[in-house]
Amino acid sequence: MSTGALQSKRVSPAERREWWLFLLLVGPNILLFAIFTYWPLLYNGYLSFVRWDMLAPVKMWVGLDNYRFLFSQPEFQLILFNTFYFTIASVLLTIVLGLLMALLLNQSLRGRNAVRSIVFSPVMLSGAAIGIVWIYIFDPRYGLIDALLGFIGLNSPNWLLDGAWAMPAVIIVHVWKTIGYAVVIYLAGLQAIPRELYEAVVVDGGGAWSRFRAVTLPGLSPVVFFLVLTTVLTSFQSFDIIKVMTNGGPVNATTTLVFYLYEEGFVAFNAGRAGVASVLLFGLMFAFTLVQMRYEDRSVHYA
Amino acid sequence: MTSATHLVQESKQTSTKVSKSATTHWVGHQQSLVGRTAAYLGLTLCVLLIGLPVYWMISGAFKTPQEIYSVPPTWIPSQPTLASFPKAWNSAPFGRYYINSFIVTLFGSGFEVFFAVTSAYAFAFLRFPGKRYVFLLLLAALMVPVQVTILPNYLTVARFGWINTYQGIIIPGASVAYGTFLLRQYYRTLPTEIMDAARVDGAGHVRTLVSVVTPLAKPAIVSFALLSIVAKWNEFLWPLIVTNTKEMRVLPIGIYWLMVEEGTIDWGVVMAGTIFVVLPVLIVFLYAQRYIVDGIAAGAVKG
Repeated sequence: MSTGALQSKRVSPAERREWWLFLLLVGPNILLFAIFTYWPLLYNGYLSFVRWDMLAPVKMWVGLDNYRFLFSQPEFQLILFNTFYFTIASVLLTIVLGLLMALLLNQSLRGRNAVRSIVFSPVMLSGAAIGIVWIYIFDPRYGLIDALLGFIGLNSPNWLLDGAWAMPAVIIVHVWKTIGYAVVIYLAGLQAIPRELYEAVVVDGGGAWSRFRAVTLPGLSPVVFFLVLTTVLTSFQSFDIIKVMTNGGPVNATTTLVFYLYEEGFVAFNAGRAGVASVLLFGLMFAFTLVQMRYEDRSVHYA
Repeated sequence: MTSATHLVQESKQTSTKVSKSATTHWVGHQQSLVGRTAAYLGLTLCVLLIGLPVYWMISGAFKTPQEIYSVPPTWIPSQPTLASFPKAWNSAPFGRYYINSFIVTLFGSGFEVFFAVTSAYAFAFLRFPGKRYVFLLLLAALMVPVQVTILPNYLTVARFGWINTYQGIIIPGASVAYGTFLLRQYYRTLPTEIMDAARVDGAGHVRTLVSVVTPLAKPAIVSFALLSIVAKWNEFLWPLIVTNTKEMRVLPIGIYWLMVEEGTIDWGVVMAGTIFVVLPVLIVFLYAQRYIVDGIAAGAVKG
């Protein structure tokens, strides 16, 4: 009461009008987030403690049963393993191959702008459409990969129907589709390294390798860190490629946490288990994003 | 063209000029014939790695059914035919899919851009008690991926009676955190003199936003709009869940079902269908590549 009176004395009508305008401009945006982003987070937490088929009028409170059940299932352990397999392999490939491509495309070569466009273009394409194209490419009899392996006298594995090859296949597609993003970020980072630093190494008689070791790599380290975190997050979320190419199979070989969440929610109608998967997925993403934000506060000064 | 956008473009040109001379300086003076050959080989390898799958999609769409199923596969269609395109168009209601994708993208991105432009203005230029915390609340939404919210949002949308409707597809994703953040950063780099001049001329906030800030921020707004359009066009998981009739499917969902229903029957038809999905985005990309790449780099390497 008293603070309100105090404020109304100090605040000018002009500022008061700014408050209203602020609410008008920001309000709808925040309101939609409240309904479709923040509320779902809380509701997921609740769902993870109930048993419910998404139809029955009552949800049965089961406490930690869903959590206990899932973590005791070998199937769920496989899903967690798949999630990390997919994520770690995708991140490593993207970080290393992306750097190699960016270093190449940062040189003054004829046609490099066209190549940059080509490398970036898959980022823009529908994951569903791309996944379908790659099913055709992986086809062991009529596919592109088989044709390429034929040159060196090898036969194509039955990629998508073989439990050992299905995961590498979806990882290849995911990396193929997202690497252009990493290349763009690397190139921006490379442009930001002051060229005097390179000149200093040249004056000291250093070659290409010492330029890379002494200047490029340290200069890029914040970019690498940023990319590791963003690619971890995109890999955790990858859905369309897996849905289209393998539907999580064969026998769960490509079922990741996101895919499991979708299956339990919208195929098996098991809201409680989908709730647990949502909570876990959010927990993982939240932890990684916190790390990213801490880092961004500290070290991105160079742009 | 306003002088400000002109200025932005000019500075961009000089910056590419500088970086180009920088690279020639430290790469050019010592590179041997072997080095250059290796670099061009690497460039070719990049083009093949990223480009071949796209080529495989296109060449597949132009092959006759007999040729598609020949072993070993052919590299260039021996009797190129357009027959797969009308076959694909007639095997699913692609006309309807295009209309749906167009509506969902237009309104989905329209909302995002509108909310980003207005919210960013409020955060950059208006006073509000605790504005910092409201901004943090908005940024927190960046940590919550769509995948985590699908189950509760499905229930909410069902309660609104929006299952299988345009508003059901569009509204849950209409609010925007990333774009707000991006534009707020850009607004803050605008010259304050121009804002002051508008104030002196007696322009209120709404007029300043519409006729001063928006034109000046056009490059950033266009970048974000393009990223948003591409994301909405390609969106897969949410439209997959929230639609349940053929008539409401968007293109990525339509092509997925086309593949499920006739995938192994005729790859030529399915490849023609995937071209229907990716072609509009590829055309946008060819015309507006610079804006898109700038938008992505700006999000990562912020000032």
